[in-house]
Amino acid sequence: MSETQDFEDLPPEKLPLDQWHRDHGARMVPFAGYEMPIQYEGIKAEHEWTRSKAGLFDVSHMGQLIVSGDGAGAALEAILPASLASLKPGHIRYSLLLNESGGILDDLMVTNSSRDGVEAFTLVVNGAMKWDDIGWLREHLPDDITMNHLADSALLALQGPEAAAALERVIPGCTDDLYFMQSTQAEWNGVEVGIARSGYTGEDGFEISLPASHAAKLADALLEIDSVKPAGLGARDSLRLEAGLPLYGHDLTEETDPVSAGLGFALTKSRRESGGFIGHDACMARLAMDGSAQVRVGLTLEGRLPAREGATVHCGDAMIGTVTSGGFSPTLGHPIAMAYIDSEHAEIGTQLSIEVRGRSLPATVTSLPFVPHNYARKGA
Amino acid sequence: MPRYFTEEHEWIDIEGDTATIGITDYAQAQLGDIVFVETPQSGTELAKSKEAAVVESVKAASDVYAPISGTVTEGNAALEEEPELVNSSPEDEGWFFRMSISDTAELEGLMDEAAYKAFCEGLD
Repeated sequence: MSETQDFEDLPPEKLPLDQWHRDHGARMVPFAGYEMPIQYEGIKAEHEWTRSKAGLFDVSHMGQLIVSGDGAGAALEAILPASLASLKPGHIRYSLLLNESGGILDDLMVTNSSRDGVEAFTLVVNGAMKWDDIGWLREHLPDDITMNHLADSALLALQGPEAAAALERVIPGCTDDLYFMQSTQAEWNGVEVGIARSGYTGEDGFEISLPASHAAKLADALLEIDSVKPAGLGARDSLRLEAGLPLYGHDLTEETDPVSAGLGFALTKSRRESGGFIGHDACMARLAMDGSAQVRVGLTLEGRLPAREGATVHCGDAMIGTVTSGGFSPTLGHPIAMAYIDSEHAEIGTQLSIEVRGRSLPATVTSLPFVPHNYARKGA
Repeated sequence: MPRYFTEEHEWIDIEGDTATIGITDYAQAQLGDIVFVETPQSGTELAKSKEAAVVESVKAASDVYAPISGTVTEGNAALEEEPELVNSSPEDEGWFFRMSISDTAELEGLMDEAAYKAFCEGLD
C-alpha cells in the first residue's frame, strides 16, 4: 500500500468526502496523492461485511476521463489493445496503457458512453497514475479528439451481495437490465449519476460517478440502509487480493507486460491480428515465444505469517521469483500472495517456498482468484 | 507492580528482576486486526532498542523493540494460536514476552502511565 513515491514531496489533497470520512471515524492515510480512509471500524470487519452485505468505498482519487468526438473509438484503438469498435454503448471493458515495449503504464476500465449521436468513451484510471495517463493520452490522441478530466466528479463503489438491493432503494430501477461490465445513467436529486456494474472486490457491485457536490448526500442515503457500511482502502486491498485482481504499482508496473501478467485477455483477438496499438509488436513477439520467462501466479501459504511484497520465492535452493502483493486472507483464514515466478514452476499445485525474515514458508501455486468471483453476469 | 511505557508504544511490567512486555491499547488500535505475532525464543539476548518481536496486522508487518536489555525467559505461546488477543486484551492476556533485566538504570528513561497518556494525546 505504498503507491506514493511520486507524491512524497507534495502535501496530499483532500477528497470531496474528506469530512464525511472523518465524521464516520475513518483513519486517514496518504495514498495516491490524497488523504484517504484506510479503515473505519477495522479492515477485517469491513472485508467480511463487504463479502456478506455491502461495503461503501470512496474511490474518488481515481481519474475519470472522457474521450469524445467523431472517431474517438478509432483514436483510442491506436493506444489501447481493446476492440472498441465491437464495444456497444453502455458496455465496459478492462484495458491497458502500454509503452512501445509492451510495458504496462496503467490498467483501466473503458466504457462506451456514446449517446445522442456523440461518440464518447469514459476511462477510469488509477489515482496515482492519472496525471501521467492524461499526458500520455493527450500526446497520442489527435487534436480533434477531446479529452475531459472529470476533476469535479466523485466516484463511490458499492460492493457486495447486498449492493444491488441497497442501490435500488436509493435509485429505484437503476439496476434493471444492468449486468456485470455494463453501465447506465440515472437522475438522482437533480443530478446525473453514472452507474457501472463493476468493481475491484470480486463481488457484485457498482461504481457510481456523480458531481462531487452531491457525493456526501448519496453516501448518507446509502448508509441509511442497514446492509451498507463504509469500507476503507485496507479492505479494498485485501478484497482485491482474494479476487486475484492485480494492483498497479505492485503487481503491474512498466517492467511487466500483459503476457507475463496473465492479462492476455486484454489483448483482444481481433486487435492481435489487426495491430495498430502502442506495444502491439512487443506483445505479439512475447505471445509467439509461447510464454514469458516469468509469470504472475497466486500462492497459498499455510499458518498465519503473511509474505509481503518483496519477499523472495524459492524452489529448493534456487530463487525463482518475488512476491508483488501479499497478506492475510480474512475469508480463507490463511495468508495468500501474488508473485512473479519463473514460468517453468508456475503449474498449479507446484510446491515452493517464500522467505520471510529468515524463515522458509511453504507455498503452493494456486489458480486465481483465491476466492470465487460473484458477479451478476448476463445470462448467469 | 510498576508499569512503564515507551515512545514505541510498549508497556513493561516489572516484578522483581523480571519484565513482562507487550504493546499498548493505542498501538493495537493503530495496527488494526493482528493476524500473526512472532515472539522471541527463551534465551534470546536482547539489547535495548533492538528488534525483539514482529507483529503482523492485516495491513503490514511492524517491529516491536526491546525497551530494555536482558535475556528472554518466555514468549507468550497463546499468541501463536490466538494473535487476536493483542487486539482484545493488549495490556493483559496479549503480552508478548518476559525477560530478565540486565540494568535497572535503563528503566529510568521510561514513562509512567500519566506521562504516556499525555504522550499519546500529543500524537492525535
